[in-house]
Amino acid sequence: MTAVDETMENPEIQRDDETAPTLVVENLKTHFFTRIGAVKAVDDVSFSVKTGEILGLAGESGSGKSITGFSILGLIDPPGRVVSGAIRFKGEDLVTATPERLQDLRGNRIAMIFQDPMMTLNPVLRIDTQMIEAIQAHRKMDKKAARQRAYDALEMTGIPSPGERLNAYPHQLSGGMRQRVAIAIAFLNEPDLIIADEPTTALDVTIQAQILHEAQALCKRTGTAMIWITHDLAVVAGLADRIAVMYAGRIVETGVTDDVIDKPLHPYSVGLLGSVPSANKRGERLNQIPGMTPNLIGLPPGCAFKARCPRASDQCDATPEVSELLPGRKIRCHHPHFEEAAQ
Amino acid sequence: MSEFMIRRFFQSAIVILAMSAIVFFGVNVVGDPVDMLINPEADQADIEATIRALGLDRPIGEQYLFFLKGIWVGDFGKSFIFGQPALQLILQRMPATMELAFAALFLSIIIGIPLGLFAGLKPESKVSKGIMASSIMGFSLPTFWVGLMMIIIFAVELGWLPSTGRGDTATFLGITSSLFTLDGLSHVCLPAFNLALLKISLVVRLTRAGTREAVHQDYIKFARAKGLSNRRIVGVHLLKNILIPVVTVIGLEFGSLIAFSVVTETIFAWPGMGKLLIESILVLDRPVIVAYLMIIVALFVFINLVVDIVYSLLDPRVRLRDQGA
Repeated sequence: MTAVDETMENPEIQRDDETAPTLVVENLKTHFFTRIGAVKAVDDVSFSVKTGEILGLAGESGSGKSITGFSILGLIDPPGRVVSGAIRFKGEDLVTATPERLQDLRGNRIAMIFQDPMMTLNPVLRIDTQMIEAIQAHRKMDKKAARQRAYDALEMTGIPSPGERLNAYPHQLSGGMRQRVAIAIAFLNEPDLIIADEPTTALDVTIQAQILHEAQALCKRTGTAMIWITHDLAVVAGLADRIAVMYAGRIVETGVTDDVIDKPLHPYSVGLLGSVPSANKRGERLNQIPGMTPNLIGLPPGCAFKARCPRASDQCDATPEVSELLPGRKIRCHHPHFEEAAQ
Repeated sequence: MSEFMIRRFFQSAIVILAMSAIVFFGVNVVGDPVDMLINPEADQADIEATIRALGLDRPIGEQYLFFLKGIWVGDFGKSFIFGQPALQLILQRMPATMELAFAALFLSIIIGIPLGLFAGLKPESKVSKGIMASSIMGFSLPTFWVGLMMIIIFAVELGWLPSTGRGDTATFLGITSSLFTLDGLSHVCLPAFNLALLKISLVVRLTRAGTREAVHQDYIKFARAKGLSNRRIVGVHLLKNILIPVVTVIGLEFGSLIAFSVVTETIFAWPGMGKLLIESILVLDRPVIVAYLMIIVALFVFINLVVDIVYSLLDPRVRLRDQGA
């Protein structure tokens, strides 16, 4: 993880502050209208990603992190719908964009990598078919040139003997290789933004580390911004420039990765980090957050973490607003761990 | 692949042998063809002469061995009625049945798959619900009744299409068929649709079920995330996946199309094998019945083999397994 630490201290990231962000999400609300009520899967989420930046979007299953990703791509299917808010991609609002425009952007300017590499590649089509079609959907390029480009993209991800892989069917590849293919497909059209939805969750730990390293290197090299969705804080700790922690459809805390990991402000982040096994707590019982993630149907008003929070008070019956407690640290809480962090 | 083929070939041979025994002894249990064939006023000597001429005086085991020996050289015996070799009789009528079955197969694919796709992609639309309701009718209404209704509506009331016979035939590439003339095509319309109705319903339901399952698969969502056009997603990514079960079932059902044509051919007076079979059963023309059944068995075995091969072409995962076997 030393390579990762170096990039964290890379002064170049500071300079990017001045450039316009690749993606700005403002007050995004994506709801699912089911028979038993509306599920507020994404509820008033705001964040931004700069050129070449990796944003870690962390949260438990069902916290709305994947739905946030799909909302950006315009891939929310009924009964779901983006209810309100804005998604500005290089200044262009994607919420109001036409389906044709979104189709043109998808896979071209904004690419996505999915969680399970066993399921994302079409089992009956060869790898080259699936790569070439992704190029030809967005630009006029003859098959030979497109195939060469696919070869180069595969080589870039460090897959062994890319020429053979092109002629293979997905079932002939291992999980790690399939995910490399998916990553290569994401980078094919040199997008400005890649949304990676837990791409390493289904892989072995050793493969996971390789994939993380390669994805990070590729982003830095190409200047591609990335949203890395994960439930594993240990993964984003070494990878992301900034972290956004999601809980029950809301972002509860954002900040530079090291700050959030070292001094979490929101009680949920504190609980989440406390439940990660680490070397210095060997032999001790792991802390766990009491209770379960709330049902998103008929969620009572106020802070969604209230019922599980050791610091909850009557004040928490009102939804906390987003406040910037420290420079670059936004938080949605009435009782943040501010004193501890200040020490 | 070749080892797989050889194994399948031997399996097929065993199936055919077993079926020959069942068919032969089964048919010998029912009725005595001599009663039907011989003039009631014939005397005992005449009757015995006929029995001997037909080989019916021998023990049944011996008759079976004789029958097997005949099969080996393609001789199923002579028809009691026509005096012609049974196999020849059936083969003469086979093209008519085949063209009917192929027309029905064609209809079930070109009608069934698009309707099923539509119903699967837009499950909430009124049209889809109409398609599904109609498919239940297609399943449950008896073929002969639908056939009669079609004759009443399209042939008698509206007078659009002929209701009996095969019409003009023409020869193309050495195949004589009514599919090559306009008159023949107009004749094949009603019976083919009648025969296809059940299969259309089946294909619609299979395609719909496959589509409903596939649209929620990650690879479809991934294809959308790649920015592919809807046409490519449905036409390539979705269709190629759902075709695997559809082709299997259509293939296996092709045999039953031929078998079911017995009813349709009888209603529409289509001069095919099915009509010959019904006529032969009525007069207990054993060699023809046995030959028909054996041909159907061989056909089923052959179709199964073809389906396996097509299946492996469609699904690369099957191919790999065969290579490893």
